[in-house]
Order: sequence, then C-alpha cells, then structure tokens
Amino acid sequence: MSTPFNRLGRLQKAPEFFLTKDVLATKGDERRAFLRNAFVAAGGVAAATASSSMFAQAAAATSGDPAILNLPAHSKGLGAPVAAKGYGTPSKHEENLQRRESPGLTRVGAASVSFAPLQGFFGIITPSGLHFERHHQGFWDIDPRDHRFMVMGQVKNPKVYTMDDLMRLPSISRMYFIECGANTGMEWGNVAVPTVQYTHGMLSCCEYTGVPLKWLLDDCGIDLKKAKYILAEGADGSGMTRTINLKNALDDVMVAYGMNGEMLRPENGYPLRLVVPGVQGVSWVKYLRRIEVGDKPFGSKDEVIHYVDLMPDGTHRQYTSIQEVKSVITTPSGGQVLLDKGYYNVTGIAWSGRGKIRRVEVSVDGGKNWKDARLETPVLDKCLTRFNFDWTWNGSETILQSRATDSTGHVQPTMTQLRAKRGSRSIYHNNAIQSWLVSANGEVSNVQVS
Amino acid sequence: MFKFRSERLALVARSVSLAALLCSSALVFAQTPGRPATPAEIKAWDIDVRPDFKGLPAGSGSVARGQQVWEAQCESCHGAFGESNEVFTPIVGHTTKADMKAGRVAALAKDSVPQRTTLMKLSELSTLWDYINRAMPWNAPKTLTTEEVYAVTAYILHLGDIVPADFVLSDKNVRDVQALLPNRNGKIAKQFMWGVADKPDVQGSSCRVNCDPKVELTSRLPDYARNAHGNLAEQMRLIGGVRGADTTQPAPSSFVAGANRAAASSAKPPSNLGNAPNPTKLAQQHACLACHGVDNKMVGPSLKDIHAKYKTVKDSAALLATKIKAGGSGVWGSVPMPAQAHVPDADIRAMAEWIAKGDFK
Repeated sequence: MSTPFNRLGRLQKAPEFFLTKDVLATKGDERRAFLRNAFVAAGGVAAATASSSMFAQAAAATSGDPAILNLPAHSKGLGAPVAAKGYGTPSKHEENLQRRESPGLTRVGAASVSFAPLQGFFGIITPSGLHFERHHQGFWDIDPRDHRFMVMGQVKNPKVYTMDDLMRLPSISRMYFIECGANTGMEWGNVAVPTVQYTHGMLSCCEYTGVPLKWLLDDCGIDLKKAKYILAEGADGSGMTRTINLKNALDDVMVAYGMNGEMLRPENGYPLRLVVPGVQGVSWVKYLRRIEVGDKPFGSKDEVIHYVDLMPDGTHRQYTSIQEVKSVITTPSGGQVLLDKGYYNVTGIAWSGRGKIRRVEVSVDGGKNWKDARLETPVLDKCLTRFNFDWTWNGSETILQSRATDSTGHVQPTMTQLRAKRGSRSIYHNNAIQSWLVSANGEVSNVQVS
Repeated sequence: MFKFRSERLALVARSVSLAALLCSSALVFAQTPGRPATPAEIKAWDIDVRPDFKGLPAGSGSVARGQQVWEAQCESCHGAFGESNEVFTPIVGHTTKADMKAGRVAALAKDSVPQRTTLMKLSELSTLWDYINRAMPWNAPKTLTTEEVYAVTAYILHLGDIVPADFVLSDKNVRDVQALLPNRNGKIAKQFMWGVADKPDVQGSSCRVNCDPKVELTSRLPDYARNAHGNLAEQMRLIGGVRGADTTQPAPSSFVAGANRAAASSAKPPSNLGNAPNPTKLAQQHACLACHGVDNKMVGPSLKDIHAKYKTVKDSAALLATKIKAGGSGVWGSVPMPAQAHVPDADIRAMAEWIAKGDFK
C-alpha cells in the first residue's frame, strides 16, 4: 500500500497532484469531498505504520517512553493566566533562533548588521522580531507624534504630512522581500561563514501597509516634465539618502508605517519607511523624513562611497539596485546535522527583484542533474516563494543546490558564472547558487564548487 | 468624514492618483491631508548636495581650520592622518599623483591594497562634503558649521595630497578640486540594474541533465574556523529532522544516527528570562558600545581601561554610575561624553557594577 511514509525515497507529489484529470474536471464541493476522503484514508494508514517508521524512537525498546508514561507537570498542574504577557514572546525553547552579528565583520555595533536566522523560518513571512537589521548610525525609537514627512523639489505644492495625515489616507498592504545589497557579500572570494543565517540572513519578507508614493507625489503636484529621480532621506543621524528613478517611484514604491499587522519596529524604521520592492534594502530608507523630486541622480554617500560594486577593471558600478533572481536551501543547510538516513524535506526560499518566481530546481548531486521543486503558494511579485523537494539521504557524501528562474526568464547563475563577469571583489549583488555539502558523518557545510 | 463606495475602493487598489480621489465624491476629507511646507522648513531639511554642487551653501574653510576640527572631533575614530583602521575603514591612502592626472586609481584594478579607502572610491567631491555635513561626527552628526564642513573636507583632501597645506576650499573652487579627484573617472554611473526589463549581465544555465560531469570542491571553511561563529548547536532549533552541529567538538569521523540529538537538546539550557539584566546587552542597547570598546579605545576609553583606572577607588560602582549619568570630559581627553539621563537608573547601576567588577566575559 502506498502511504506518505512507506513510499519514502521516491519522489513525493504534492497532495494537489494526486488528483486525476477526471477529478480535476469536477468542481467545488465534490472535489473538496474527494480530498477530505483521501486525507482521512492516508491518515489512517500512516497511524498504523507509525511504529515501523524510520524515525527511530529509542524509548520504544523499553516498556515505553517516559514522556508518555510519566505525566509531565503541564498535564497535572495549572498553567499561566491570560495576559500574563501583554505582548507575547516566543517559547523559551526557541531561544536559539536569534538575530546574530557575524564575528569580525564590523567593529561598531551601531554601524553593523544582524542576520536573520533563516534556518529556522517556515513559509515566507519573517517574524518582526527576527527581521534582519542594518543600521548606519544606530537605531531610534522615535515619538511618532513628532515625526514629519516632507515632499519637495520639482513639485507645485511642497507639503508636510504628519503621521495622522498619512494614516488617514486610504492604505494598501503588500508582501515584499527586502534584501541588503551586500547579502552573501562575504562569499565572493571563498567560503567565509558557516550557516545560511550568515550567508543569506540579510533577507526578510513582510507584509507592509502604507500609502503608494505616487499618490503623495500627485498630491503635491509633481512636475512630470522635469522630474526624473527622487531622493529619499531618513531622519536618523546618518541621514540615509538614496536616489530612486521616477519610473520605480511611480510604480510600486510605498511609504509604509505597518509591518506584519502592527506598526514598523524601531529597528526597521518606526514610524515610517520607504518600501522599494525588488530593490536592495539600503534604498528602503528608514525614519523617512523627506522626498525630494529632482532631475539628476543625487550622488549620496551610499551611492558613491558605499554600495558601489568594484568590477575587475577597477571601475565602480554605482546605483546598482535590483536584487536579482536568487534562491537558497534553508534545511538541510550549513552547520546542521542530519539525524538519520532516509527521507528529508529539502526546503528553501526563492525570490527575484524583477518579478515572480517561475521555477526552482534542486540538484542533489552538485549540479549535474536538476529536478523541479514544488513551489508553495502564494507566489507573489518581488516576494519570497517557499519551495519543497523530497529527498532520501543514503548516507553518502553529496552536494545540495537550488536554482531559481524568474518570470522574466532570468536564471540564477553559478558562482563561477558570476565571477567571470564581475570578479570577486564587488561585495554587492551576489546571487550565486549556494552549495551545501552533506558529509558522510551527517554534517552539512558551506562549500563552493567549480 | 470618510465615505467609501466599494467600486471606488477597487480603484484605489489600482493606484488611482490621490488627487483624483480627493476630488471625487467618493472620498471626502474636510481638507486635503497635509499642509504646505514653509520656505523655512524646506531650507532646514533640504541639505543634500548634488554632484553638480546644487545645494552647496556658500562658504569656505581652510586646511588649517580643518586640522583643528579634525583633532578635536574626528581623530579619535579615524586616526591622526585618516588612515586608521581601528573603528572604520580608512579614509586616506593609496592614491597617487598619477591617479590624479588620470582620474582613475590604479590600485583598484589590482589586488594590491588590503582595503579601499574613501579617497580611492570618491568620484564626486559633493559626496564627501555632504557625507560630513549630514552624518559626521559619528556620535554628534549635523553639529558642524558650514565653515567647519568646508574645513574638514579640505583637511581630508590635504591628507590625501590632493590640495596643499595652505588651501582654502570654498563654493568658488569646488569644481577645480573636483577635477583633481584621483578616482573622478572611475565610475560607471549608468543606471545598472534599475529596470525590471533591463538585460541582466550574468545569466545562469538552464541545463537539467548531465550538465557538469565533474564537480570539484573549490572552497570550504578550514577546520580551525569550525567554532568561529560560536557553537552552531546553540543557533538551531532543538526539534525537527536536523540539529545544529556541536562545533565545540571536532567533526565526528563517521555517521551515528541521532548522535547530535541528545547533545544539541542539552547544549544550552533556556537562559535567564526575567532574571538579572545582562550588562553586555544593556551596553549594546543603550549604544555605550558605539563609543566604548571592551578591549579597545574607540571614541572613548575602553571598558577595561576604565576598570583599571577605578578598580582601587572605594565604591567605584557608585562613582561610575554618577559619571555615566552626568557625562563629562577631561578625564580621558577632550572628546565629551554626553549625559545619559535617559538611561534607567537600574541599567546604569548594572553596567557600572559590571565595569567596576571588570568581569567582561
């Protein structure tokens, strides 16, 4: 009999794909009833075969598992009351998953980065408290009643908005990824860090709520004949400034105050930040205080001195912005150990600043052969997409990789292909295929291959 | 005050302009949101200076005056000659007279220097001026006068041997100095990777079968770096199909099913939630470590040096708490430490005791 457990080792299809063409032709309630029945049947079989499961449980050898035989305190006592924590926090058993700095990367915590623990995330939304941080001159918790937002420059009516003004306007909510341009930047020359937290953790994905910038530019009477660029400026000490071309600004750029259903966190720009979908995180100016409309790029410190990509001939690319198609396997990944041989759900995330993810392929042999992974819904524009792939580890050494293709047909390159064009010193915009070596001892480590 | 109709809401989602919305009968504000910005407000915030020097305020500053400001406010982080690598990457170094002639820094095309200095990268003089004006000094940005910004900019250019010691930089001669910048021609400012439809410069392969017959490992972490990022067992979830590797131990020589299960589960007991405050975390949280290193002098003295100075003083924790709260200058040099009155007393006390004890592990 075929069940999700005893068929391990062969390619598993998603439940939807068990549907035959005939069933697919049926509609609505009928199809749902079919699915319901199918899952009930599968569940029954699974329970019956659980004792022979590959997931060995040592305690089964004795009279039983103490975790079952001896009732724990939480079964025999009174738990905590409601509102014991006015703002809930994760279980203490999840404490290992923290934002972390990469030792030696920077020398001053207020001009540094903390990486999100991608290895522990499910789905596509980043919990607000684990969103990666990048501060140029420390972060602040600004009193929103004193925050002001100004639009000026090539507009008929320069205006000032309070948070009250902005939050009275009709709002939109959209899910987007945010990736620092320097994400994976330590890996241009060689392997430098051990886990996916440090290789790819300058990446997060949230639902943002706010006002399309276009509405505000229109409200101020933007001069579309003269305007070609905008400058976004933050209210913090670093006065972050980035140039954004007008086409982007009028497309999907948002002035956002909400993140994952609540206000932005102070680390992420409370009370107001710019959201520039698909573009590197530095352009998502935090503590946003001003938009200037102009006719030329502004040449700010983070466009001329920082966030410039050094090419092999010694020139610097300025204003590189789009985060190109990229993916990474988050489990199994560097620094992890496989507990048993047999089935693994290889899972990861894919994204592209040019649009939607169209396909993710996984190789379990170091790039010789590739097969499609399942893309989990939703698959959204400039947003993380979760992928899953069934794999059976037979105990021998191998290399796992993922490769994404986006809706424009752009395919994620290898490290070798990237270096051929951009050398190995550019720091920014490394979207190479990530390789994880699974050693025979079960440990997974970060490697590069040719 | 709002009056929505559902079909109008649908239009909102399709980014109809706000102006149109405000005029329509469907969405009625008593007045349009926001108010006109006054000329004084615009002047106060419109501080950016563009590569064509639009936005540069009139004024001037000498190298000599710049040196005074530098020594008082910049040197502690950037070093006497802008060469320091202690706190930030160096500002000055590795540019030549030949570079100034060509407008290209030759060292950038080679791997000949350990890291790029600011002057190696600088293609626009306006950017240096704007950087100092908006973001420096590090712990007190936007406090320099226009003259001081000109002066510090001139002093940096002098340290880079771009202008002479008696130079006075002003809005009248910035274009002449721009023409001297060693890397003024070293940029590709074309709007790379701006548009979704732009052609990517690197395209991956779509091969799916028998693509690359030989796979060679070209890079991996050396064994000595196994624990360089801390114990990875303590950075992974305690349940699931995998655990974090115990990197305090050498890698096991062979596979043992479930081997890391027990080790990782007991790797770290849940920490002291709600117990005594962690002074290291407090020092981070209140940005003390932005200026004070534990071991190294940065803007202010290192915590170890402070400990050494006060360890023989009676009740040094109380004294340090007072000093943290009030701030001051003179004991360690002229750079003032701002008062920390906003930090809760309990936190100040915890950090003062920590420094007094000198137990920084």
